[in-house]
Amino acid sequence: MLGRYDSRMYRYDPYDQRIVDERVAQFRDQTRRFLAGELTEDEFRPLRLQNGLYVQRHAPMLRVAIPYGLLNTAQLRKLAHIARKYDRGYGHFSTRQNIQYNWPKLEEAPDILAELAEVEMHAIQTSGNCVRNITADHFAGVAPDEHVNPLALAEILRQWSTFHPEFAYLPRKFKIALNGADEDRAATYLHDIGLWAVRNAAGELGLKVLVGGGMGRTPIIGHVIREFLPWREMLTYTEAILRVYNLHGRRDNIYKARIKILVKALGIDEFRRQVEAEWVHLADSASTITDAEFARVSAFFAPPAYEKLPHIDSDYVQGLADSRAFSRWTERNVHAHRVPGYAAVTLSLKQTGAPPGDATDTQMDQAADLADRYSFGELRVSHEQNLILADVRKKDLFDLWLAAREAGLATPNIGLLTNIIACPGGDFCSLANAKSLPIAEAIQRRFDDLDYLHDIGELDLNISGCMNSCGHHHIGHIGILGVDKNGAEWYQVSIGGAQGGDASLGSVIGPSFAAAEMPDVVAKLVDTYIDHRTAEERFIDTVKRIGIAPFKQRVYGDAKEVAHG
Amino acid sequence: MASTLIRDGRIQEADDAVLVPLALWPQHRGEPRAGVLLEPADDLATLQADLAGIPVIAVNFPKCTDGRGYSIAFLLRKRFGYRGELRAVGDVQRDQFFYMQRAGFNAFLLKDGKDPQGALTSLRDFTTPYQASADARAPVFRLREGGPR
Repeated sequence: MLGRYDSRMYRYDPYDQRIVDERVAQFRDQTRRFLAGELTEDEFRPLRLQNGLYVQRHAPMLRVAIPYGLLNTAQLRKLAHIARKYDRGYGHFSTRQNIQYNWPKLEEAPDILAELAEVEMHAIQTSGNCVRNITADHFAGVAPDEHVNPLALAEILRQWSTFHPEFAYLPRKFKIALNGADEDRAATYLHDIGLWAVRNAAGELGLKVLVGGGMGRTPIIGHVIREFLPWREMLTYTEAILRVYNLHGRRDNIYKARIKILVKALGIDEFRRQVEAEWVHLADSASTITDAEFARVSAFFAPPAYEKLPHIDSDYVQGLADSRAFSRWTERNVHAHRVPGYAAVTLSLKQTGAPPGDATDTQMDQAADLADRYSFGELRVSHEQNLILADVRKKDLFDLWLAAREAGLATPNIGLLTNIIACPGGDFCSLANAKSLPIAEAIQRRFDDLDYLHDIGELDLNISGCMNSCGHHHIGHIGILGVDKNGAEWYQVSIGGAQGGDASLGSVIGPSFAAAEMPDVVAKLVDTYIDHRTAEERFIDTVKRIGIAPFKQRVYGDAKEVAHG
Repeated sequence: MASTLIRDGRIQEADDAVLVPLALWPQHRGEPRAGVLLEPADDLATLQADLAGIPVIAVNFPKCTDGRGYSIAFLLRKRFGYRGELRAVGDVQRDQFFYMQRAGFNAFLLKDGKDPQGALTSLRDFTTPYQASADARAPVFRLREGGPR
């Protein structure tokens, strides 16, 4: 058995374990045949992609799936071990709640997958044109605004989509996210399929189904295709959507191949008609989820053994009074919990000087130790590329903070400008037009005054190195996109994007900038906000109220040399 | 070395089918061993009334990453009840056999120069896949119900 705790975590049964073990054997043989020259590069590419292996600038990149972002400590320690043994001592947590290794050797990839299988993990379908890792609210099960914990449905969907024979070679990648709370922390409106677990007036569980959202080159907010789908039909309805997409999605142009383009071309009403016509044949079949399976999987996500605690803990209150630094950390990195006396805590992976989302092997081990000591041996990866301890007693917060600070995991910047979301960019990724990590670091250094940072308040800053928008720049309050102009790296800036229930896409403010200009540009945007804000306004609120013109004016001024493009 | 046909899990000595494109099918209907060659964009509806009399339908995979053929196979088997030979041709490799067989194919034209014996083992890559498709397997969650917890 893994771990010492009965953590809130799905555990493999013999069926699950055999599927993952057989995958390791299959990929080991495929890799052997490739290295022996029996498979060409073209033949091997789709096979390695479905195992999370990209060819990057320096080495293959291996992306390991962390289903809906949930990890137990044995798994995190295994990820640390892999970073140490097969990589250069670190890993990068991604916006899809996965982890990426930048320096593995191809010939060792089968061994890495075998090590992952030992702790019930894999790299299945973490790239390629297939159904990718299912993501969910990183506060699932603990958020006060949650109505339904979506994790059991997420796991059932993970199993169904794993090696689905019909949908491994879709027109393009396919991303599904689930949410069960008021606030949309899983960005479901920006997914190929978004599922909201809801209850109807009769109290029955169902799903609001969104389709055709996405970022990338053509950002689109998803459409509601069905207001209420009985939960038992989650798999059959998903199958209907995927079959329509697989047959009719465009395959002639990679930039027009996502389902959002098909939905847009047909219109949501015609797309819905086709899906419903297909679904008629599938509903109430062997793929209809049984009560027994839902109960079996739900049991794994039952709440841990919480103590009965008072809402207000006197040690915690004393700590707040004694330490300004501690109280500042709690303001940003501690989150409300549905159980009295408990809180959720974000361990920030956004320390200035380290690439956003990166953690060293030592930090991963330390985070695992903290989770064992303070949070039932369980962690989550957030799509903001941080780690979360979901169930910390308030009376332990001060001790946890001290220990997290030692480990470099207590930067008090969650929701603030320096909590930058960034893809690996041109330093690692062969798709990127421009680097993202040095831009992130330069901005973090510019805003290194904590008092000023906290005064600026909530501000999401996202950086993508190319149009694939892995850094989700479209939904950053400030979004930065790397662009290539005649072989040089430039940066296009947008403002006014937002994630969550009132998701919106940012507007480009004007011609792009050179890397060295970026800290000044961000500073001018922030100055404009400070000049115009009312007492209660966040950056995004001010942008929405006054529009982008004053920001544009401040950044470009009367400068004559703005003609970068 | 000529390409090899694998049918019903066995390496076939010879292939006697004559495959004609969908548009030409009306002129060849009823000829001995005449079958249809489907392209990914073909409309299955035009074939539906004829299916019982077609001994073999081949589905072309112009590239192994063009997955439309999987849904075509699924629909032919599950929606239209086609019982004859369903053959994957084109850019077909052993590493896609397992998925293809689950989606409804029972025959595969292996690309030139590939080892047919090795290819046969790919049909058995996984023992118990998770989900239902066009083969007879039940979803794993329905097996679990009767099994040990």
